[in-house]
Amino acid sequence: MTITPDPAVAAGLQQDGPGRGGRADRAFRLLAWSAGVLVLVVLAGIAISTTQKAWPAFSSAGLDYFTTSTWDPNKGQFGILAFVYGTLVISAIAVVIAVPVSIAIALYVTELAHRRVAGIINTIMDVLAAVPSVVFGLWGFLVLRPILQDWFNSFADAVSGIPVLRTLFGPSTGSSFMSAGLILSIMIIPIITSISREVLRTVPANDRNGALALGATRWEAIRSVVLPHSTGGLVGASMLGLGRAMGETILVALVIGASPQIVANLFAQGEAMPSVIARNLNESSGTYQAALIGLGVCLFVLTILVNIVARRAVGVFERRSRGAA
Amino acid sequence: MTATLSPPAPAPSHSSVLTRTVSTRRRVVDKVASTLMTLSLLVAAIPLAWVLYVVVSKGASMISVDWFTKNIPTNVSSSALAEKFGAEPEPVIYGMWPAIYGTLLITFMASVIAIPLGILGAVYLNEYGKNGRFARVLRFFTDVMVGVPSVVMGIFIYTAWVIRFGAEGRSAIAGALALACLMLPIVVRSTEEMLRLVPDDLRAASAALGVPTWRTVTKVVLPAAIGGITSGAMLAVARAAGETAPLLFTIGAVSEIHYPPTGQNTALSTQIFSNITQPGGAPIAWGAALTLIVLVVVLTLVARFIAGRFAIHANAAS
Repeated sequence: MTITPDPAVAAGLQQDGPGRGGRADRAFRLLAWSAGVLVLVVLAGIAISTTQKAWPAFSSAGLDYFTTSTWDPNKGQFGILAFVYGTLVISAIAVVIAVPVSIAIALYVTELAHRRVAGIINTIMDVLAAVPSVVFGLWGFLVLRPILQDWFNSFADAVSGIPVLRTLFGPSTGSSFMSAGLILSIMIIPIITSISREVLRTVPANDRNGALALGATRWEAIRSVVLPHSTGGLVGASMLGLGRAMGETILVALVIGASPQIVANLFAQGEAMPSVIARNLNESSGTYQAALIGLGVCLFVLTILVNIVARRAVGVFERRSRGAA
Repeated sequence: MTATLSPPAPAPSHSSVLTRTVSTRRRVVDKVASTLMTLSLLVAAIPLAWVLYVVVSKGASMISVDWFTKNIPTNVSSSALAEKFGAEPEPVIYGMWPAIYGTLLITFMASVIAIPLGILGAVYLNEYGKNGRFARVLRFFTDVMVGVPSVVMGIFIYTAWVIRFGAEGRSAIAGALALACLMLPIVVRSTEEMLRLVPDDLRAASAALGVPTWRTVTKVVLPAAIGGITSGAMLAVARAAGETAPLLFTIGAVSEIHYPPTGQNTALSTQIFSNITQPGGAPIAWGAALTLIVLVVVLTLVARFIAGRFAIHANAAS
């Protein structure tokens, strides 16, 4: 039984008397507020500090910095388009693979699995979510790359007569957009899964049981009750995975191959924004360093845009699910 | 009313009912969907198990007393080259203590900075700001900051700290600052999610006893959510401990043990990265990977254990 407090009484209690914790309460509120605002301060700090150090590159290269793909530090030519392309391609591959798999696993854990099995899977997923990306990179570089080279080349041979596929899947050295995307997808699966799982757990048991009681199969209950209820959260989980994929540095630096180029062949070597920074920032100086920091600024802006779009999407889905209820 | 929320119990199986009353098409669709969900588990589990297996099998031979006590060898590549060209290879003593210490030190400092601030920030969002305009803006930007790549945090500290302090800029402190920037929004959001799960009845009950809000927060709300908060914070710590990108430009490089938080340092993750491509460095990379994974897994499991313990306490208290 729930007792609803009288609004007037509750309002009275909210206003503490001057001696009794009113001042302490205000101090605590200020402390908490400052901690919250720190997030804004750090974000502003990132934007200001990095843009300031990147400015020499932005001002000397001008618009060419964003619209050309020639990156030659020796000649002072800095065009980032190839890196942007690489980042977009590999994160798209990663998300396309990881999202359905992750949501399916999360559904399995919350809807189908026996409670004990679910517990085991949850623990495994939590532990694996914590596996550092550099370890995936180590495995990808030393173990998986030679295997992928064989697979990719056999696949490229198999589709060499088919027009569109022939362009997308060509010869490979093992280091490629696809290698980076594949390993990235494995890496973000536990992350998306664990968030999706938490989201799916918030589905009210009564809604689900109601659907089942009306004769829905497990899948129909998932489709008609569970997914509509949690779509916003699942989009959020996927977007977190996307952000992780776009910004992932070390793993990508190890398996993408370090050759900035815009090609349709997903099995070809490429380069991404974070990986070129990781490889070169420590040994760079002058305009070159500014150009690398500028890449960081672009990555920062890009991920912020992705997140803003994501939040918009989440808002739309939340409104829709409220309307349905 | 219990203070912690447990997941809803799964409904009893009703497959026997399905086979009798539901059309074939719907039953097939249901079976296909269930099978796909089960198979997806394998898609994720096989590569992940593969990674763990390879790391354990290749890294285990490195683990010895030397590994935890000696400095990092600097003659690995010269020894490997000597062996390649038929000369007598120098003996290599495989140690990793400086990097193990560095990882622990940097992660600890980052946690000390980020976790209290993150929890306080979450308290503001959920207990004071609620759905007000400013809180919504703050929540939005915290989400945005969660999405900011870790390498950007490294670049930020590089531009704001390392360049400013020149030769002395690279240090464990700089690395810890970069990791703290990474952890802060994660802790804020995970803590806020947990605070939101605390039933409002508890707050109302506390307020009804005349307790000021800040006492309610520290004595009722936070203890009720402590399991989830700890779990979330520990996951942030585990993530930070494994990060490489924020440390690349901020901590420098040493191969000998360096205890103070100032001055250049090293970490397990950066050791893995730098040894992968070095001739003869692969064993070091695998050993460091195993050490890092064990560290991170222990952190995660301890988090789960603590979470379980505190959840029970909160349950009993209510």
